[in-house]
Amino acid sequence: MNPTIQTLLLIQGVLVGLLTLAGLLVWVERRLLALWQDRLGPNRCGPGGILIFVADGIKMFTKEDWIPPGSDKPVFVMAPAIIVVTALIAFTIIPLAPGVSILDLNIGILFFLALSSMGIYSTVLGGWASNNKYSLLGGLRMSAQMFSYEVFMGLSLMGVVILSGSLNLHDIVKAQSGMWFVVPQFLGFLIFLFAGLAETHRLPFDMPEAESELIAGYHTEYSSMKFGMFFVGEYVGVTLISAIIVTLFFGGWQGPLLPPVVWFFLKTMCFILFFILLRAAIPRPRFDQLLAWGWKFVLPVALLNLIATGAIALARGN
Amino acid sequence: MFSMLKTLWLVFKHAFHKRVTIQYPEEKAYLAPRYRGRIVLTRDPDGGERCVACYLCAVVCPVDCIALDSAEDRHGRRYPSTFRINFSRCIYCGFCEEACPTYAIQLVPDVEMAEYNRQDMVYEKEHLLINGQGKYHGYNYYKVAGLAIGGKAKGEAENETPPVDPKSLF
Amino acid sequence: MATIHIDGKPYEADPEKNLLQTSLTLGFDLPYFCWHPALGSVGACRQCAVRQYRNEEDTQGQIVMACMVPAADGTRISIEDEEAREFRRSVIEWLMVNHPHDCAVCDEGGECHLQDMTVMTGHAYRRFRFRKRTFNNQYLGPFINHEMNRCIQCYRCVRYYKDYAGGRDLDAFASHNHVYFGRSEDGILENEFSGNLVEVCPTGVFTDKTLKTHYTRKWDLQSAPSVCAHCSLGCNTLVGTRYGGARRILNRYHYDINGYFLCDRGRYGYEFVNRPERIRHPLLHEGAHDTETYSKPETCSADVALKEARIRLRRANRIIGIGSPRASLESNYALRSLVGEDNFFNGLPAAESHLVTVALEILRHGPVRSASLREIEEADAVLVLGEDITQTAPRMALAVRQSVMRTPRETARKLGVPAWHDRAIRDVAQSDRGPLFIAAIDETRLDDVSTAAITRAPNDLARFGFAVARALHPEAPPVDGLSESDTTLARQVSDALANADHPVIITGTGLGNEALLQAAANVAWALLRCEKPAALAFVVPEANTFGAGMLDGRPLREAYDAVSSGDADTAIILENDLYQRTHDVDVDRFLGGLKSIIALDSLRNATTDRAHVVLPAGTFAESDGTFVNNETRAQRFFQALPPEGDIAESWRWLGRLAAGSAPSEEPAWKYLDTIIDAMVADYPELRGVRDAAPSADFRSNGARFPRSPRRFSGRTAIHAQFDVNEPSPPADHDSPLSFSMEGSTAVPPASLVSHYWSPGWNSVQALNKFQEEVGGANRGGPPGICLIQPEKNLHPFFTEIPATFRRSGEKFVVLGLPHIFGSDELSRHAPALAERIPHAYVTISDADARARGVSEGDQLVLRIFGREHKLPARIRPKLAPGILGIPMGFPGHAGLVFPVDGHL
Repeated sequence: MNPTIQTLLLIQGVLVGLLTLAGLLVWVERRLLALWQDRLGPNRCGPGGILIFVADGIKMFTKEDWIPPGSDKPVFVMAPAIIVVTALIAFTIIPLAPGVSILDLNIGILFFLALSSMGIYSTVLGGWASNNKYSLLGGLRMSAQMFSYEVFMGLSLMGVVILSGSLNLHDIVKAQSGMWFVVPQFLGFLIFLFAGLAETHRLPFDMPEAESELIAGYHTEYSSMKFGMFFVGEYVGVTLISAIIVTLFFGGWQGPLLPPVVWFFLKTMCFILFFILLRAAIPRPRFDQLLAWGWKFVLPVALLNLIATGAIALARGN
Repeated sequence: MFSMLKTLWLVFKHAFHKRVTIQYPEEKAYLAPRYRGRIVLTRDPDGGERCVACYLCAVVCPVDCIALDSAEDRHGRRYPSTFRINFSRCIYCGFCEEACPTYAIQLVPDVEMAEYNRQDMVYEKEHLLINGQGKYHGYNYYKVAGLAIGGKAKGEAENETPPVDPKSLF
Repeated sequence: MATIHIDGKPYEADPEKNLLQTSLTLGFDLPYFCWHPALGSVGACRQCAVRQYRNEEDTQGQIVMACMVPAADGTRISIEDEEAREFRRSVIEWLMVNHPHDCAVCDEGGECHLQDMTVMTGHAYRRFRFRKRTFNNQYLGPFINHEMNRCIQCYRCVRYYKDYAGGRDLDAFASHNHVYFGRSEDGILENEFSGNLVEVCPTGVFTDKTLKTHYTRKWDLQSAPSVCAHCSLGCNTLVGTRYGGARRILNRYHYDINGYFLCDRGRYGYEFVNRPERIRHPLLHEGAHDTETYSKPETCSADVALKEARIRLRRANRIIGIGSPRASLESNYALRSLVGEDNFFNGLPAAESHLVTVALEILRHGPVRSASLREIEEADAVLVLGEDITQTAPRMALAVRQSVMRTPRETARKLGVPAWHDRAIRDVAQSDRGPLFIAAIDETRLDDVSTAAITRAPNDLARFGFAVARALHPEAPPVDGLSESDTTLARQVSDALANADHPVIITGTGLGNEALLQAAANVAWALLRCEKPAALAFVVPEANTFGAGMLDGRPLREAYDAVSSGDADTAIILENDLYQRTHDVDVDRFLGGLKSIIALDSLRNATTDRAHVVLPAGTFAESDGTFVNNETRAQRFFQALPPEGDIAESWRWLGRLAAGSAPSEEPAWKYLDTIIDAMVADYPELRGVRDAAPSADFRSNGARFPRSPRRFSGRTAIHAQFDVNEPSPPADHDSPLSFSMEGSTAVPPASLVSHYWSPGWNSVQALNKFQEEVGGANRGGPPGICLIQPEKNLHPFFTEIPATFRRSGEKFVVLGLPHIFGSDELSRHAPALAERIPHAYVTISDADARARGVSEGDQLVLRIFGREHKLPARIRPKLAPGILGIPMGFPGHAGLVFPVDGHL
C-alpha cells in the first residue's frame, strides 16, 4: 500500500477510534461511578444503557447554542476547539504498535509537552472570553495550575529520557523490553500521574471547574456543542495522558501472547479506569493546597528524582 | 497518602456491593405514611371541611404557591371559597401542614403527579379536597375553638363552661 | 430633659411622660394592654411591670407598673429583671386562662396585640387544667363584630367609647372573672366613631365586620397610603386590597389631623369601590340625550371610546368642562387645561361656589391660621358657629370633644397630676368641661359636652357670631336688635374666648350662609386684635372642595347659561353627578341642550346614564392624586389597587383625550409628576402640592417602598389559574411605591407609609415605631403641605350684618340636614354603611307642629319648586319656627340647593 494512504488510513482510524472512545467514556464513566456508589447508572438506553452517549450527543447538538452578549465572540467560539485539536494532535506521536504511529518524531516527548501546554489556552481563553466572573476565575485557576504542574511534568519525564537515552517514544518503548520504567522510575511515574491529573483538570484536581465554588468554572457560559467540545476534549485528554503513561512507564505495546495494539489498548484502559476511580474516591483539595503541594513537595521530589537518576546513570557509566 | 490509597481501595470494593437503585416504574419505592408528597385538604370526623381559611399555610409557604380566599357559610363556619396550589412551584417542604391549626392540609405519600403541561400542575380546591380525615383522625377544630357555629353554641365546646349571664351579680 | 437609667444604662427622657411611653420611644419591647397613647394610663392590666430602684445602691427595688410612674430625673428601672419578666409572663398566663382557641378563625389573628405580647413575654402553654368561661355575643350593627370570649378585660374599649368618643351605649357589666363589655342589649352601636374599637381593642373582641365579609389577613393586604374621600378633613387612611378589591380601611396616623382615630364613614365608606354599579369599561350611548332612543349602554374598548370622544370634541362648537369637588386636583386641572380657562366650571352650584370663594378669601387675605384637628383638640375654648360638624366633618367633632378636657386637664396639672394619668385627671375633672359653645339650627351630637348651645335660624346664628366679635373688640360692627339673652350669651362666649390661650372658631358652608363665614372670621380677627392666637376652621362639603375652588372655575349656573343662551354644545363632565348638585329640571335642560356629553366617573349615576361617552374613572383606591382639605392642606393619595380593565385616573383619561387623534401621539401628561409640574407652573399658589409627597423618583437605599407586606402570600398561585407563569408586577411610574413585597425596609416618609409593621409588632401598635416619640409626631414630619398661609396684616372686619330671620307668610325656609351616613354621594353605596342611612324625613319646629296639628311621624307633603315631597315629620323642640329641615343628598331630593323655600 502507498505509505501516504497508509498514514491517511491510520489518521482516520485514530480519529474515529478516539472520538468514539471519548463518547463511550461518557457511558463508561457514569456506569463506573454508579458501580462504586452502589447505584446502577444509565441502564435504559440501549443494551446496558450504552446508547446514552448517542442520546447525549443528540442533546448536545440540539440544545440552544448560546453566546453571551458580553463575550468576546471569536475567542469564545475558538476556545473549545483548541482543547480538542491539541489533544488530538498530541496523539499523532503515540506508538500504537511496533512502528505504527502517525508521526515518528525523534523529539516525541517534547512535542507532547508542547501540545499539552497549548491545551490550556482553551480553558484560559474560554474563561476570559465568557465575560463572567466565575469563568474568569476558572480560567485563572487553570493557568496557575498549569504553570505549577507543567514544570515537574517535564522534570518527571527526564528520568525516563535518561534511562532510555532518547526522546523518541518508539525508542522509549523498546528500551522497556527488559523492565518497565515504572520500576526504576516509580517516583517519576507518580509525579507524572499527578501532573497529568492536574493537566487534564480531572477530579480531584478540577479546580478550574469546581462546581461547588465556581458553578462550572471556565465553561459556565458554554452550551450545546461548544460545551460538548470541552467535554470531548476532556475525555480525549484523559485518554492521551493514559496512553503516555503506558508508553513511558508501562512498556507501551509490549506484552506477551496478545497483539501489541491490544496490549496497548488494555493498558490504556486500565489507566482510564484508574482515573475514574480517583474521581469516585478522592475529594477535591483546596486550590491553595494544590499549588502549595505542587511547589513545596512535588517539585523538590521531582528534582531529587532527577538528580538521583542522573547520579546512578553517571555511576553506571552509560 | 496511605489514607488515600485506603480510600481508593474502599471505594473500589463498593463495586461488589448490593445496588440500592430502585428501577422505578417497574419497582415502587416504599413511601412512609408521613412522606411529604401530594397535598390534600381533609374533612373532620363529621364530614365538614376542616379548612377554616386562616391563611397560615399560605403565609408560611416559602415559595408562596398557596392562594386562597375565605368565605363564611350561614352557620358561621369559615371556609375557603377558593383554594389553589401551584404544584409547579411547590417544594413539598411540609411547612403548610405544620402551620395548619386544624389538620386540614396534609401531605400524603403520593409523588406520581408529573404532567406534560405545566398549567395542569395548578390544583384547585376541587382537586385538593378529599372525603376523609387523612393522617389525623378524630380531630375537629370547632370542638375546641370558642367560636359559636351552627350546631354548637357558646359554651358547648370541649373544656368550656356555659355562657355567663353578665347581668347577674355573681 | 431628664436622665433615667434602664438596665444600668443612662437615657435621655421627657419627665412629662411615663416610663412605659419612654421605654417604647427608646425602642424597648415592654408589653402593655390598657395603656394607649391617646387614652392615657390607668394601670389596669398590670402588664408593663418593671423593677424600680430607689438609687444606685438599691439592689432590692420593687415591682412597679411602668405606665403609672413618671420618667423623672434619676429614675432607675430594670426591664430585663428576672422577677419583672416572670411577673409579666404570669400576667399573660392569667389573661390567657380563658382566652379561646380561636386564632385560626379570629379576624385579629396576625395583627393581634395579645398575640404579640404573648410571644414577647414568652408564655407558650396553658397550664390551667380547668374549663374556660364563655360569653354570648351581641349584635352591634353592621360595622362591628363582637366576640366576647376573647376579651382580656383591659377596659380600653369603654375608656375609648365612653370617655374619649362620648358614646353612651357601651359599658362594662358584671364582676370579677366575667366582666362583660357590650351594650345593655343587642343593637347598633350609636356612636359615629365606633369603628375605632377595631383598632383600640388589643385582641379580637371587636373586629371589622366589613372585612369579615371578604376576610384577608393583614400580611396579605396590599396597601397604600390614601386620603379619605368622604369629607373635607382629609383624614389619612391605609387602603388594604386583595384580589382586585378594596378590603378595609385602617387609620393612618397623622399627627396634625386624624391622630389615631377615624369616623365610621371614613372607615366603612370604602366598599363602594367593589360595587357592581362601578363603571369598569368605557360605555357608549348612541343618541342618549334623546330619551326615545335611549338604550342600554354598550361597553367598548378604550380606543373606541377615545376615538368616539375625540370625534365629538372635534365637531364641537364650544367645549365646556365641568370639574368636581370630589375629583383630585390633578384631574380638575387636566380638565381645565383641556377645555381652556374660559370654558372651565368648578362643578359647584352658584351659592356653594360663592361660599367657597369667600372662605378661601378669608384664609388668603386674613391674618388667621386655619386650625388643624390637633389644634382643635388642644384648643381651650371652641365656638362652633352654624355647622353640625358631627355630620359634615365627623372627625372634627371627636377633636372638639377632646378640647373640652383641656381646661380640666390644666386644673389637674396644677394639682400635680401628670398629663398621662387618665384616671386621676377624670377624678379631678368630674363633670367639669372646658368652654365649648355651639350655635346651630338644631340640637347637635356635641351638645352633651357644650358649655352652652343655642339654636337659631342661620341668619340669627350669624348675627350671634357678629355680636361675639363685637363683644371682643370695639372696632367690630355692632349688631342691632339682639335679644337680651343673646347679648348676655355673646358676652359669655367672648369672655371665654378671650380668656383662652388657644381659641378656635369653627364654621362651615353647610347652611349655605355667607354671613356665618364672615361672622366667624370677625370673631377670629377680633381675638387676634386682642393678641390671642386664634385659629379658624372651615368645614366644606367634600374632599377636594377647596382644591376645586382654588382653580378659579366658575359655578355650574354659568355653564348652564353657556348652553341655553350661548354657543356651547359639548361638555366634559368630570366625576360629577349634576343631579346631586342642582335641581333636576335645570340639569335636564342643560344636558338636553348639549350635542355631546362625555362623562368620567367611577359609579354609574343619572349623569353618566345620559352621557354619550362614559370613561371609567378610578376611585381613590385606584388613583394617584392630591386632595386639598379644609385647612388647605394638600395631601397625596396613592393607588392601592392596580387599576383593572380600562379604569384609569381621570387626569390620565383627559391627557389621552387631549393628545389628539393619532394613536401614536403622546398624552399631554403621562405621569403624575408631569401634570403636577404643569399645574404648579400655572398656579403658583399650588406649589406646595409638589412637596405634599415625594416624587416618583424618590428612592430609599436605591429601592422603592413596597405596597405589599413582607410576608405577602400566594404570589406564585394567585394568578396561576390563568397562567402558571407569574406575570411581572404592575409598574408604577407615578409614585415611589411598588406593587410588590420587595423594596426598602426603612421607615418611609410619613406620606408613603403603606402599613405599620415592625419585627415583633404585628398589630396596629407597630405604629409606635413610625413616630418620633410614641404618641408624637410622624417620623419625618406630618404629611401634606398647607397651601395658604395667613397674611401678616390685619384685615378690616366684615360689616354686612344680615337681618334677623322673619318668616314670610306660609313660606318655610327649607334647610339641608347633613347626615354622616347618607349625605355623602360615594359612601352611600357601601352596603354596611347603607344599613345605617335613616329614611328621609322632614324636621319641623315644635311651634309649627302645634300650629298645624302635626304629630311625630305624620306624613307631611312638602312643596318645593312646585314638586311635592312626601316625608314623615320629626318634631324638634329646639328648631326655630319657620324652618324645615330635610336630609341632604338623599334620593328624591338630591339636587336641591339649600336653603330653598318650601310650602307645607
